[in-house]
Amino acid sequence: MNPPVILSARLVVDRPAFRLDIDLQAGAGEVVALLGPNGAGKTTALRALAGLIALSDGQITLDGRLLHTLPPENRPIGVVFQDYLLFPHLSALDNVAFGPRCQGASKAEARRAAAELLARVGLAERASAKPRQLSGGQAQRVALARALAVRPRLLLLDEPLAALDAHTRLETRSRLRRHLADFDGATILVTHDPLEAMVLADRLVVIENGAVVQQGSPAEIARRPRTDYVARLVGLNLYRGAAEGTRVKVGELLMHTAEPIDGPAFVAFSPAAVALYRSRPDGSPRNLWQGAIEGVERHGDNVRVHLRGPLPVVADVTPAAVAELDLSPGRQVWASVKAAETHAYPA
Amino acid sequence: MSGRLPRPLVVPAVLGLVFLVLPLAGLLIRAPWSTLPARLAEPQVLQALRLSLVTATVATAICLLLGVPLAWLLARTAFPGRRLLRALVTVPLVLPPVVGGVALLLVLGRRGLVGSWLDQTFGVTLPFTTAGVVIAEAFVAMPFLVISVEGALRGADRRFEEAAATLGASRWTVFRRVTLPLITPGVLAGAVLCWARALGEFGATITFAGNFPGTTQTMPLAVYLALETEPEAAVVLSLVLLAVSVIILASLRERWVGGA
Amino acid sequence: MSRRLLRWALALPVLLALVPGCGAGEPGAASTASAPAAGGNAQKLTVFAAASLTGAFTELGKTFKDAHPGVTVEFNFGSSATLAQQIVQGAPADVFAAASPATMKTVTDAALAGAPATFARNKLQIAVPAGNPAEVGELEDLADAKVKVALCAAQVPCGAAAVKALEAAGLKVTPVTLEQDVKATLTKVELGEVDAALVYATDVIASGGKVTGIDFPEADQAINDYPIAALTGAPAGSTARQFVDLVLSARGKDVLTRAGFQVP
Repeated sequence: MNPPVILSARLVVDRPAFRLDIDLQAGAGEVVALLGPNGAGKTTALRALAGLIALSDGQITLDGRLLHTLPPENRPIGVVFQDYLLFPHLSALDNVAFGPRCQGASKAEARRAAAELLARVGLAERASAKPRQLSGGQAQRVALARALAVRPRLLLLDEPLAALDAHTRLETRSRLRRHLADFDGATILVTHDPLEAMVLADRLVVIENGAVVQQGSPAEIARRPRTDYVARLVGLNLYRGAAEGTRVKVGELLMHTAEPIDGPAFVAFSPAAVALYRSRPDGSPRNLWQGAIEGVERHGDNVRVHLRGPLPVVADVTPAAVAELDLSPGRQVWASVKAAETHAYPA
Repeated sequence: MSGRLPRPLVVPAVLGLVFLVLPLAGLLIRAPWSTLPARLAEPQVLQALRLSLVTATVATAICLLLGVPLAWLLARTAFPGRRLLRALVTVPLVLPPVVGGVALLLVLGRRGLVGSWLDQTFGVTLPFTTAGVVIAEAFVAMPFLVISVEGALRGADRRFEEAAATLGASRWTVFRRVTLPLITPGVLAGAVLCWARALGEFGATITFAGNFPGTTQTMPLAVYLALETEPEAAVVLSLVLLAVSVIILASLRERWVGGA
Repeated sequence: MSRRLLRWALALPVLLALVPGCGAGEPGAASTASAPAAGGNAQKLTVFAAASLTGAFTELGKTFKDAHPGVTVEFNFGSSATLAQQIVQGAPADVFAAASPATMKTVTDAALAGAPATFARNKLQIAVPAGNPAEVGELEDLADAKVKVALCAAQVPCGAAAVKALEAAGLKVTPVTLEQDVKATLTKVELGEVDAALVYATDVIASGGKVTGIDFPEADQAINDYPIAALTGAPAGSTARQFVDLVLSARGKDVLTRAGFQVP
């Protein structure tokens, strides 16, 4: 039930002290999020797709045509830039009409198409406004309309929500989601925000240091992170070890897991699955270890506790528990996690 | 706002202002106000003023036409010898204008490298013509435009140009519809400098185009010659030139700032 | 680089203020500044002279220096009108040699000089470029519309002389340009931009063969007198008078004649 792949790319960009080398596919109507920390090479990849920087090696095909040999203006792409880059001297309408004009439409045609698109993003009444008169959310929508106005086959979004405040972001994100659902070409979305990626994308491609470290559906990635960065993103404790049946040796410690597995493996569990004790608990749970409290911080309604020790771990506990256990930094505590709450998978 | 103005800035600023304004005050104080209306009514004065305004404006137009693309070339392309070219562009700034005029004669004069060809092929000679005045003014004034526009181009956010390219704009369209509107303030500032320099041009003009009332005698030339015999008349002519240029620049500025 | 430039620009007014004489306000500055040289009679003589005298006066300056050890002679050559203006505005000059009685009058009217003496006369010639492309032979040829003519502007002495000569010949000449001084007029001929010009015989000689001079009878109607005067209140005092005497002497006449002047 996978959509036919229309974008297939190997992007290699060599820079002093940096190399981007990733494979990337996207199907018709599919939204692929490039997720990664700052400096991972996400934006470089996007610019390479747009033709704004040259490939050192590799190729890009879109709809069976070679793309990387074309200059940006001849690529069937639409780009929404991080700070939108709406032309300050043109009205919202003329910004959107810019692309169609460049493609040879008459002024009247281009404006008609632009007006239609502005109406679709709900900004018909702001058509004559200059970019500096638009709110952040409105500017984002104009930028999207402008990118869609050239009828691209590949839509590239660079941190499309990063410039917005938290409140606007929520609303703009759901709007963007609807527009992306209507778009029949491939979409590549660059973001460092896992939530944005999970909500907007059908598939995530995680990049670190210029290379793909993991890809899959948001659910897969959330369940089975493969790097510390991804684990942190999805809020899981993640360890790598050697598995033998339901036992995984992580460093000095032997973890007991629910699923049997052999060979190199990851063990992941949620911070909420971790229980903390002042003294060694009775009934001895199977996964038990000691650690020193490194830090305590608020996390939603709960309190997040960072432990140092043979198994560095993050635990979420209730504020009541914090008071009861007197969890101040430096204190030694016991931590445990039930085997049934862990998740083991091949590394 | 309420902070005290830093003295290391204010004192030199005031001195600089005085330095620039005092000579003007000198002209105003020494101006023969009683004979002023009579002198202004002289047809030669109006003729020279008209010629000055027309030639400076045409020269500025030529500078815009050639100088903006040149500035673009210097700011946006990389080729061997670009630095040298950039230095060469400023040559008319450094060259004494009279030398510039001689250089123009050597190239565009009747026996000049290009001029002799123009003469033989088209029967066109540039020295001693109004076109020659325009050429001399453009030669001297163009660096002001080029430097100003190049600075604007370097300061402009190139990502707008990238955005335009992703929308399908060719490089020419990008320049015309995005780059140029973005650097308009720089271009206008350069054009004003260029026009002002052209208006005051003396050395290259008198050397290359000569001095003949009605065809090549601009205000600065009239001022210089008046200085030979009638210093008072020279003061009047200078004031007229000054007043007209200030009025024009101020009114243009009003329009630009109002429109922006 | 630009910062260094700025620093220099800021320093410039200060430097100027420190250089004696640049203040220009006090006429005594020049002589006080040169006073402490050896021998006690060390002196500086400043001569303001018309540009056409450059060659002749430079030579006479050397002669004067040889005869008066310890005296340095400085020249300020330029347009007579400009020089006269500078003197009236208080420039520290000792001797003024003008290219016309009118410009000298500016200075004598301001009571800055005693009675001037005429030391040289300059006569107009038709200057034509090498090869004489327009085949100009006499003054009448200048009235031909096909001949491009440069004249000095009527406001400067060579222009006034040209007007007089042409009037005397009863000719109406429409020049393509009225140049600001005789050197500029000569340049136009040297570069071949014009076919003929009226300039002084001395300028033709000074051009070193780049132009050819043609005498014409009407030039006698427009002889230009060169007056010279020691300035009253000359910082160099009697030395100024001695320089004027040298110019008027036989030696002076000899040098001036070789430069193309006629001497009285």
